[in-house]
Amino acid sequence: MLRDEDRIFTNLYGEHDWHLPGALARGDWDGTKEFILKGRDWIVEQVKSSGLRGRGGAGFPTGLKWSFMPKQSDRPTYLVVNADESEPGTCKDRDIIRFDPQKLIEGCLLASVGMGAGACYIYIRGEFYNEARHLQTAIEEAYAAGLVGKNACGSGYDFEIYLHRGAGAYICGEETALLESLEGRKGQPRLKPPFPAGVGLYGCPTTVNNVESIAVVGTILRRGAAWFAGIGRPKNEGTKVFCLSGHVNTPCNVEEAMGIPLRELIEKHGGGVRGGWDNLLGVIPGGSSVPVIPRSICDTVLMDFDALRDVKSGLGTAAVIVMDKSTDIIKAIARLAKFYKHESCGQCTPCREGTGWMWRVMERMVKGNATVGEIDMLLEVSFEIEGHTICALGDAAAWPIQGLIRHFRPEMEQRIKQYRDVAPRVAAE
Amino acid sequence: MSAEHNDTPVAQPESFAFTAENLEKARYHIAKYPPGRQASAVLPLLDLAQRQHDNWLPRAAMDTVADILEMPRIRVYEVATFYSMFNLRPVGKYFLQLCTTTPCWLRGSDAVVETCKHKLGIDIGEITPDGKFSMMEVECLGACVNAPVIQVNDDFYEDLDAASTEALLDALANDRPPPMGPAVKRQNAAPISGRTTLLSDPTQRQPAGTAPAGDPNAA
Repeated sequence: MLRDEDRIFTNLYGEHDWHLPGALARGDWDGTKEFILKGRDWIVEQVKSSGLRGRGGAGFPTGLKWSFMPKQSDRPTYLVVNADESEPGTCKDRDIIRFDPQKLIEGCLLASVGMGAGACYIYIRGEFYNEARHLQTAIEEAYAAGLVGKNACGSGYDFEIYLHRGAGAYICGEETALLESLEGRKGQPRLKPPFPAGVGLYGCPTTVNNVESIAVVGTILRRGAAWFAGIGRPKNEGTKVFCLSGHVNTPCNVEEAMGIPLRELIEKHGGGVRGGWDNLLGVIPGGSSVPVIPRSICDTVLMDFDALRDVKSGLGTAAVIVMDKSTDIIKAIARLAKFYKHESCGQCTPCREGTGWMWRVMERMVKGNATVGEIDMLLEVSFEIEGHTICALGDAAAWPIQGLIRHFRPEMEQRIKQYRDVAPRVAAE
Repeated sequence: MSAEHNDTPVAQPESFAFTAENLEKARYHIAKYPPGRQASAVLPLLDLAQRQHDNWLPRAAMDTVADILEMPRIRVYEVATFYSMFNLRPVGKYFLQLCTTTPCWLRGSDAVVETCKHKLGIDIGEITPDGKFSMMEVECLGACVNAPVIQVNDDFYEDLDAASTEALLDALANDRPPPMGPAVKRQNAAPISGRTTLLSDPTQRQPAGTAPAGDPNAA
């Protein structure tokens, strides 16, 4: 188990002062100026060798992403922080923003130096009104203390940071939809290429990073890349904030080592599965977009990118949604299908039409009012949506249903059989 | 496309103008973006307008925002109808946004929704005759370890069940909104039984170059 001294988010539960003095006492902004003076390449090199992979879901190596930014640019360059946390099950960035906002702001400065960006926009979901107030206050405190702004930290680096509130749209968590939204339009994803590193916000070079990816940077530079890389398994290094929700005895957010066994995570911090481990039905291990895994896999799987990929699921945002045996798993996934139908931006036909179609079929599957052949049809249609849309929302809508059919097909067939057994009698009455 | 279709007509005000204070705030938002990129401020300005106008956004307010930002009106209408937080018709003084996505549903959001419907005598999407409450079903609010959650106007009420939902509604009916956050005795997103981590003094800094304590993979 990770020791407290290796935890980055030391105010995750908000019992300490989140204002600047409290953050300074917890070690934020210590030595920031020196890191800036060591230069852009040094910062990127450190982040690369720390092994940090993006914490927003895709797991792309963060340092590598920064290195795609042009070395020389006659246009402004931007860091955009994705705080549009909306993936069902996920609520980690919320607590970083509420209780450790200075870690995020310091990370924004360091990351901006690393990619040569002069300004940063933090795009926070609109529903996080009180969280945005904390962050806005924290930004003002950082400006007043000379930590950001002109000559940030006395380093000679000029850096502006702004907070931008969204207005309710899951799709704006997709980086190009986020940029569209930030430019004042509907949040509809852009075709890639060009990638944001070439043509991003206002047509300028831009990198979009998740809150957690950015907020860990200051500590990585302070403790050293080797420290971070020493936690977890190769290619899956570091610490991670996990969100334990659903049928655990004590739902919580907790920062743990990457690669912690799922069972240990649930039993140590979630107080165990409601009714005991044997009462476990399945777990969605990385937010609603990743396929559910059944109890048999949960027994041994490790919580990192590669281990979960190997069992055909994913770490995603590390939002662990636990379901015990009382759960109607078909209904649980049908509700996610409704979510994706609601959140599709409507731009690509396979997603716009497909998410609604899948949801309607799933609603029938909940009742059992379907044929066994329709399970195959549902699977087939999900493959027609996956990979055929501009952004990954189509994939994200398809995967939960694919996971359901992969692991819980007998339950679906049983439901259909039950309905058939009952339906003729109802019709006859 | 988040906005639900609802074609019943709404009585629209003739005109809308920002108060001097909100105009000042609008200028502050516009200044965040580079010259010529003032359209970026459309979300903040629509939000300001909605706050000024009893938490709903009439057509006239969209037009005002379009004029200030020098945007074609249709672009502002597009935005206002795309994002779920813009209310295109009146809402209650206490606008209940009930999360029913899977993590909340697993923790009993059905009971929360039923309690609201029963107690207020209105359905999702409706407003009480006195205009005090209205209800909307929303997708994941992002507070899943504190599920189920209701957002009342700007504030999250967490860890609810039927009884605490009823207590919340009673308090709101008396215009005494309780403090936001968990309805149970719990430190934000920490386990209800007490912290399993972060038990040591967070001001004890770790020097650079220190190795992780112990083997993190050892159980």
